[in-house]
This record gives sequence, structure tokens and C-alpha cells, in this order.
Amino acid sequence: MIWDWNFTLQILPVLARAAVVSVEATLLGFVIAATLGLVLAVIRIAVPWTAWTISVLVELIRSTPLLIQIFFIYFVFPKFGLVLDAFTAGVLAIGIHYAAYCSEVYRAGFDNIHRGQWEASIALNLSSWTTFRDIIIPQAIPPIVPALGNYLVALFKETPLLSAIAVLELMQTAKIIGSETFRYTEPITLVGLFFLAMSLVSAALIRTLERLLNRRNAR
Amino acid sequence: MTEQPMVRFDNVSKRYGSLTVLDGLNLEIARGEKVSVIGPSGSGKTTVLRMLMTLETINDGVIWVDGEPLTHMQQSGKLVPANLAHIRRIRAKIGMVFQSFNLFPHMTAMANCIEAPMTVLGMKRADAEARAAELLDMVGLSQKKDHYPSQLSGGQQQRVAIARALAMRPKIMLFDEVTSALDPELVGEVLQVIRQIGREHDLTMLMVTHQMGFAKEFSDRVCFFYQGKICEQGPPSELFGAPKNERTRQFLHAVLEAG
Repeated sequence: MIWDWNFTLQILPVLARAAVVSVEATLLGFVIAATLGLVLAVIRIAVPWTAWTISVLVELIRSTPLLIQIFFIYFVFPKFGLVLDAFTAGVLAIGIHYAAYCSEVYRAGFDNIHRGQWEASIALNLSSWTTFRDIIIPQAIPPIVPALGNYLVALFKETPLLSAIAVLELMQTAKIIGSETFRYTEPITLVGLFFLAMSLVSAALIRTLERLLNRRNAR
Repeated sequence: MTEQPMVRFDNVSKRYGSLTVLDGLNLEIARGEKVSVIGPSGSGKTTVLRMLMTLETINDGVIWVDGEPLTHMQQSGKLVPANLAHIRRIRAKIGMVFQSFNLFPHMTAMANCIEAPMTVLGMKRADAEARAAELLDMVGLSQKKDHYPSQLSGGQQQRVAIARALAMRPKIMLFDEVTSALDPELVGEVLQVIRQIGREHDLTMLMVTHQMGFAKEFSDRVCFFYQGKICEQGPPSELFGAPKNERTRQFLHAVLEAG
């Protein structure tokens, strides 16, 4: 028999625990990505002389594989005295990687703000901090929620890369079950189904959020 | 001692690459004076306002506001380009109303009017709201304070923008073609508000306008700009009644011809 239901029920609790790790890594990674991405995009505009450095940095991160960055943080950083456990190193790598993508999304959001909004802010003598916080960011974010949401789902689907540094997330757990029992069909299929379900749920949530934001803006 | 002018352009030039927009501008505006700036498009008239609001940098010269340099600051007896802190201190005296209103679309009329008083002047919300309510009342919009810009007509939006600028208690108000984006039937209500604040507030006002009738009736002085220079200036009765310069005559003829 190709599919063993008893075996499936037996490994389900183990995989469920691992799924929690995957979701944690996703949420923490995305918080880093969304925050750091915003910070990079704001600094790039607010402090013009940093623009070149930031764009090189962003390009560098986007143009190298995430797996290499994960390895770099986990295996190379300790040589410079920064020792991180596998989960922290992995989440940090994912967060920074997607921060590079997110910063471009924010930048597009800022570029779409009419020049008159910046000029009115100057005419009212707002500080650049207040201008971003109260005027630019609240207008720039709603239209880019779908793009950020896409990166959330993409980030989630890349968490199996953390298995490469032995983080006990879904993929790593499935691999261990497979190598111990010589049954791969059930664990790998279950992992695939789990990612499918979670991605569909996230996509639906993002669409709802998008609708809510659109409704608020349609005032 | 003669009184300091409120605004003084001292040999100010503005260039974009090889294009000279303003060429050695000298212009003094007295405290409380209402000055209209007219001229064909591309004559540099809007640039004058934008430089004064520090939306544009200048290439040469110094702009003075209320006896202090705006674009520069004193450092061991010499004038050096101003830093942001200095610019922010001086430009607090200036307010501006734009052709395209530039209200913050995600904020109500009231929120538009209290944002800067609270964050820049550090006013308490209750005080800022009380002052904003007064101003919105003055521009005839006390009923609309909880409306968003998208729920207001162009004329109403522009009146909110005027209240928003006044909420910062400027000494100088700049009006940049503030009726040009309005439907003709809405122009009157905005001009009426400008007339009123001209009477009731001790403001120095500088406006770029295409409303010749309004410029004639409202201003103490009219400046005609042509190719980056003041071509002719004087009291409205003289400039409109008996223009001395050929360019002025041509321009006024063309404008009045068009109605």
C-alpha cells in the first residue's frame, strides 16, 4: 500500500509541532522584513547621501540566493564573533532577504505619493519624521498591501530552506521521519498539503485586508 | 530707522541647467502689504513664491524674511547657506496655499487643520481644535469639519487649505494661482475668503493670480513678470490703468481680450 493511514495519524502530532516552528519563523521573518524594509526605504529618501549605499546593498541581497545568505549568517558570522542558534540565524537571514524586496515595494509606494503632499508638508513646516509618519506612510501603505502580502506567502514557502541548517521546522522534521522509517510519501505529502492550506488561507486574509483598506480609502 | 520690509529678495537668481528662470530679482514687500504677481506662464512668477516657501533652492542672492535671512544664516559675521534648523525657524512665518489644494486626503478637514499646530507648535489637541474650529468657521465650513477632502467641492477644499495654513499663524501668506483649478462658479467663494483675511488679519500677502479683476481691487501693488524679471510694477490703478511698458500692455490686452 502506498498510503498508510495509521502511520499518517502517528506522525501528524510531530508534524503539527514542527508546523508551529514554520509559522513562527514566517511571522518573525516577515516582521523583520516589513520593518527593516520600511526603515531602508525611509532612510533612502530622508537621508539622500545613503541612497547609493542602500541601493547597492538591496541589489546585493536580491541578487544572491537566500540559501547562501542563511549559510553565511549561520556559519560565517561566528568567525566574526557573532554566534547565533540555527533558528535565529535562519529567521534573520529570511528577514533581511525579504527586507530588500519589501524596501523596493515601499519605495514604489512612496514614489506614488503626489509631489503636492510633500510640498504641503514643507509649507506647514512639518519635520521629515512627522511627514513620513502622518502624511506619507499612511497614504503609501494601503495600495502596496497586496504586494507585501505576496512576499509574505513567498517568504512562508521558503522556510523549508531552514532545514539546511537543521532548524526543526516542517521540512526538516519530515526528512527525519523519512530517514528513520523509510517512509517519505506520507510526511512529504502532508508537508506539501500544509503549505498549500496555509498559503490559501493567507491569500484569502490578504484579500480581505485589501478590501477593508479600499473601503476605508473610498470615503 | 525705516521699518524693515517683511520680505526682501536681494539679487536672487534661479536657474535650471542653462535655463534662467529668475534673473537677479530685487523685490521688497512691506509689512502688511498685499502684492499680486501677474505675467505670462514661464515668466518665473510662481518660482518667486516657491523659493520663498523654500520649495526651490536659489542659485544666487539672499532672501530676507522679517529682518532675518531665510536662505542663509549669519556665521561669524558672514552669510553662509542656512541649515535645516534655521530654515524651519524662519519659514514658520510663512504659509502657502496651492493651486491644487494639496490637502491630506486621508484626514478630515479638522485633522488637516490641527496636524501642524500639534506636531510643529506642540499645541494641545483641545487648543488646536478650538483654533481650527474658529478658522473653519471663518471660511464658512464649520459644518464640514468632519468631512474628508474627497467629500468636498474644489472651492471648499481650497477654503480648508486656507484655514490649514492660517492655523500656523503665519505672518506672510502665499497664494499660488489658488483659483486656477476651480470651476468658474467656485472662484468667488475662495476670493471672498481671501478678501476677508486680508481685512481681518494683519498679514503680508503675496499672490500669483490670473484674476485681474481681483488683483486690481485687492492689492496694494501689482508686479508684472516677464522672462524672469519684474518688467513693471506699481499700484493697480497705474499698472492696469496706464501701463508704461509695451510688454505689460500686450499682456493685459491679451488677458482682457480672453475675458
